[in-house]
Amino acid sequence: MTGLTDSRALTALDGAERDRRPRHRFDWSQPFVYVVALVIVGITVVPVAYIWINAFRTTAQINADAAAWPSPWLWQNFATVSTTSAFWTQVLNSTITALGTTAGVGILGVLAAFVIARYDFRGRDALYSLFTAGLLFPITVAILPLYLMLQGLGLVNTLAGVIIPQIAFQLPVTIIILVPFLRAIPVELEDAASIDGTSRFGFFWRIMLPLSGPGLVTVGVLAFVASWNAYLLPLLLLGDPTMQTLPLGVQLFSTQYSQDTALVLAFTTLAMLPAIIFFTIAQRNIVGGLTGAVKG
Amino acid sequence: MSVSITAGPAVSAGPAPAQRRRSRRRKRIEIALFAGPAFLVYVTFVLVPVALAAVYSFFRWNGLEALTDFIGLENYRRALSDPVFIGAIGHNLFVVVMSLIVQGPIAIGIALLLNRRLRGRTFFRVIIFIPYVLSEVIAALSWKLLLQPAGPFDTFLASIGLHGLKQLWLADGNVVLWTLFAVLTWKYVGFAIILFLAGLQGVPAELEEAGRIDGASWWQIQRYITIPLLAPTIRIWAFLSIIGSLQLFDMVWVLTGGGPAGATTTMATYMVQYGFQRSQLGFGSAVAVILFIISLAFALLYQRFVLRRDLQGPLSQGVR
Repeated sequence: MTGLTDSRALTALDGAERDRRPRHRFDWSQPFVYVVALVIVGITVVPVAYIWINAFRTTAQINADAAAWPSPWLWQNFATVSTTSAFWTQVLNSTITALGTTAGVGILGVLAAFVIARYDFRGRDALYSLFTAGLLFPITVAILPLYLMLQGLGLVNTLAGVIIPQIAFQLPVTIIILVPFLRAIPVELEDAASIDGTSRFGFFWRIMLPLSGPGLVTVGVLAFVASWNAYLLPLLLLGDPTMQTLPLGVQLFSTQYSQDTALVLAFTTLAMLPAIIFFTIAQRNIVGGLTGAVKG
Repeated sequence: MSVSITAGPAVSAGPAPAQRRRSRRRKRIEIALFAGPAFLVYVTFVLVPVALAAVYSFFRWNGLEALTDFIGLENYRRALSDPVFIGAIGHNLFVVVMSLIVQGPIAIGIALLLNRRLRGRTFFRVIIFIPYVLSEVIAALSWKLLLQPAGPFDTFLASIGLHGLKQLWLADGNVVLWTLFAVLTWKYVGFAIILFLAGLQGVPAELEEAGRIDGASWWQIQRYITIPLLAPTIRIWAFLSIIGSLQLFDMVWVLTGGGPAGATTTMATYMVQYGFQRSQLGFGSAVAVILFIISLAFALLYQRFVLRRDLQGPLSQGVR
């Protein structure tokens, strides 16, 4: 008992002493950190901001002075781009492709990862290694035969021709991220489910899927972003302008309107927005998923 | 007592043999149903094309006629004796090495600085990640606009009194590779930072606390506690960076098209140039195979000597 009061007295004394000191000792490293952070933000953002801001000026103004504040802010470039170009078609194509890829990778990936994580069978290690080896087969290496194959299947100039190979090439990273997630779910849950008469699939559907939600969101976000930004496969496969995705559209537009800088800037600005908005929303999941993947 | 001993094995043997056989067959069907689709798609669209590339590489072929003109290793000999392709390999290696020695330290330093209680940390994270989320095409086109002769970047240099630094950023063969590397750093350093920040979350605060109590300086804590504990993340990042640098395509294709005069050609742009633009599918495939072999060699060596500790028995943990 005395010991307790002693320690209380000590704490109180300690507190009193602390109170006598200035509440926050000025930490000189803190401003330094902010300066560094600001410089980084500047280097990162200024080029992008330049494009956004100048999209509100006319080409004549930009040619006269490459760096000036818009006065007044003009929306006409955006109006022109969004009404006359194939912008919305391309947004739609990109969205369909990205959603298709994400759904496909999610469904195929989680089922395969479930088998690798939860079934005991000969060849399981081999199956897992086969999928992980996929990290070494970039689409670049396979692209020539892949193109011929898709041509043979009549998938040139179709979004399916982009979606299916993208699913295939996204599977390795998906499985690598999901397997540890599914493995971490305790065996006891599975035993409990099976004692209660739940089938393997019931266990997967009612217990595994809800519990592996964060992992699924992460692989989904990664697949979506990869598809949204994909260039090589769409470049070779989607020659038809009505089937093109956004990256191809931006490139095409910038060649067609190379004389009209302001329009190109407006188009580029619009094309950047979906990815940035999407990422700002999904930011937490990407970081969380990366942590999991690195530890995995 | 003896009864219970004999009863033991019988009980643990579980259900009757017929039922067990049924459940085993059922298990096989489940495995096939669940893993089958992914396996098929993966084999058809990843493994088969890679294997086909290896086959095509032994032929002279334009992709239209029958595959009959077998020329053995001629395509490989031709690629490896073309100074442009050797240059391309050099450019890839330049990016590999520079990424490791420039982007790595920058990203580690920034991550260490940002890994403290900081007002607006989420904001910084989002901002730093912006270049990484933008597609390569959009990033490359943006920089192409900014770096054009007498363009915004030159104007910016002039405005801060650095006229002397003005260059033909994308047109001067001596400068363009450095320009490309700078743009790549702009694009990818944010990814490294986020990765390291994620890794730093796994470093227990108690250890740094203990170091501080023992009188270690900030730098000593980073040097002897934090960075060693971050090492697995750094090694994974380096692996991803090396593989990415070897397969570099999108950014180069849009920013410079491999030019001027082959000054930024990479293995991948060289392959697309010959395989598609000139319809030399056999030759392009040989280039793809060389690219693959170089990546594989790097990956295997890296796993053998660097990553071994991190990946030790990924299957041996937590598996029944």
